[in-house]
Amino acid sequence: MIKKRRLWGALVLALVLVMAACSSGDDDTTTSAATAGGTTATTSADATTTTGDGGQVSQTGLRFDLIFHDKDASGTFWGVMKVGFDDACDVYGVSCNMIGDPDITKQAALVDTSIANEVDGIILTLPNVDALRDAIQRAADAGIPVVTINSGSDVFATTAAIGHAGQDEFIAGQGAGARLVALGATNILCPIHEPNNAALQARCDGVEAGADGAPVKRLQIDVANLDAAFETLKTEVSDESIDAVITLNPDVSIRARDAIAEAGSSAMLATFDLGEEVLNSIEAGTIVFAVDQQQYLQGHLPVIALVLNIANGHVIGGGNAILTGPGFVDATNVAQVKEGVAAQTR
Amino acid sequence: MAENASTGVDDRLIKAGILKKVLTRPEFGSIIGAIAVFAFFSAATENFFSVKAISAYLNPAATLGIMSVAVALLMIGGEFDLSSGALIGGLGITMALLTANAGLPVWLAMLLSLALAVSVGLFNGIMVVKTKLPSFIVTLGTFFIIQGAGLGFARLISGQTTIYLSDEFANSDLAKLFFASTPFSGVRIPVYFWFAITALATYLLLRTRYGNWIFSVGGNAASARAVGVPVSRVKIMLFINVSVSAWLVAMFNTFRFESAQIGTGVGSEFEFIIAAVIGGTLLTGGYGSAIGASIGALIFEMVRQGLAFARWEADWFKLFLGVMLLLAALLNAWVRTRAQRAMS
Repeated sequence: MIKKRRLWGALVLALVLVMAACSSGDDDTTTSAATAGGTTATTSADATTTTGDGGQVSQTGLRFDLIFHDKDASGTFWGVMKVGFDDACDVYGVSCNMIGDPDITKQAALVDTSIANEVDGIILTLPNVDALRDAIQRAADAGIPVVTINSGSDVFATTAAIGHAGQDEFIAGQGAGARLVALGATNILCPIHEPNNAALQARCDGVEAGADGAPVKRLQIDVANLDAAFETLKTEVSDESIDAVITLNPDVSIRARDAIAEAGSSAMLATFDLGEEVLNSIEAGTIVFAVDQQQYLQGHLPVIALVLNIANGHVIGGGNAILTGPGFVDATNVAQVKEGVAAQTR
Repeated sequence: MAENASTGVDDRLIKAGILKKVLTRPEFGSIIGAIAVFAFFSAATENFFSVKAISAYLNPAATLGIMSVAVALLMIGGEFDLSSGALIGGLGITMALLTANAGLPVWLAMLLSLALAVSVGLFNGIMVVKTKLPSFIVTLGTFFIIQGAGLGFARLISGQTTIYLSDEFANSDLAKLFFASTPFSGVRIPVYFWFAITALATYLLLRTRYGNWIFSVGGNAASARAVGVPVSRVKIMLFINVSVSAWLVAMFNTFRFESAQIGTGVGSEFEFIIAAVIGGTLLTGGYGSAIGASIGALIFEMVRQGLAFARWEADWFKLFLGVMLLLAALLNAWVRTRAQRAMS
């Protein structure tokens, strides 16, 4: 019994230590927190708090939460946004936390938690503006400025947010559609990988508007199950009348590229958003162009906007969205962009 | 029950002490787990132990708890429902299509979506009872059907996957008051429903004949049937209860957010089951508690929001969540075996 009990104690202690060590962030206070946490569960927890309050904040002492609508920042897209966010937080000495949930009710609950946690600023993606309007208002009422990012350029002004950094999805789609038609597309496939994201609908709608009458077929796939998406795409592009595919996510574009190759289709492929493999494919000619919304900026600019707003009352954008895109990447400029992708800034 | 009978002594007539009664309840371990989680985050974070923070985890725990109580009753009755999460989103979309697109009055849309919820529960229940297929498979089927039908109809009828309803709900003040108000200090109205439902379910389980039926149906359906318990009817009612609870949560979401969105609730079905299990309900049926399921939901949300309060590097979030839930469950199991051994 005693042996067993010791084993349990050791296991619990080990887990607490791991959590304390992991939690202390990547700055120079890591060692002190980990050492301080070495005694008991309670002190390690206290050490964590100290780190959160004093250690991570060096210049401004501010705490910002970025709350987005995906399960984690593991994909190419959110990963680069997180680098942009963290870089800006390092520059301004802000303690930053990026956390997300794809379920709108849970995203709203995270906003409530940030408000209760008395953070100094909130950065929020806006997949469903009506569902989050109330939460943004409550943050504003609590004196916490909110900057919205990513989707929602057209609707953020109806909320209490002080600004928005993103791409107008319809305009970006229009540009992409026009480019596809200029390259000879006559029948376009537009796979949508998140059914609950209105911004993706707007992209396909934009493609249709820009495609000068060429039909645009929407296809529902799931970004959380890329293997199944690959099979669906393969079946779709086996239809020879499809001569162009425009994907809305870099990870999906790679599956689409492989699906086109395996199906023996001659359809041209374009995509929204970048990734290292997307750029390789642009170099190799298997992807004709990519629409870049520069998500690094969507993580980076809101931090600046919030810091300046808190320090001086500045407002960036004058009630309009700060557009981070669309930029187009094709064979002519791929080399320069590629350096940025390797550094996780593009 | 079975062991008691085999000893030959009718110890049902022996009066148990109050301490033993408390310590051997299914939810006892989870109460200790909840206190431990609360103490941990109160010590580890600056703001978790505050009046404002309480609503930050009580509000999401309420909708989770309402569902996990219904799911716990179903699990005690020996069945699963994997369609319950997707149904929340599906019923929201139904509300939206009926009001925004079909132009029906809000109250009628509410009634029709309630009727749909009852039919889904009825379908799940009858399929499970009549075909004898595992409820895991039957409700996995409905899980996909609801998701596909929701998306398909939403795109077909409205062309949208997020349907905004602020115009449709502009005159629904009574419904908003009932489903989406915040009567006191940030604590939303679902929390009061949650407490009432937990109390009601506990009374049902422990003090009524129907409660006895649920335990016996999940413990041993054949012998329950032999002593005259209407096994099929009990199971079907339990499925309907889960679906109607999903309707209630869908109303909370729809009126609060004034919109309906494809994908809402998908993935939550496992959270309902997890909360029930943390609260002492057995996966094998015949044993469990409604209070326990509610405390399980509270633990789950305290951990989820507590980690957000702690603002630890979010890349590790799932790891922390898993570790904390395992620790809570281990503590629960440990306390329970200890208590039962000490008392026997």
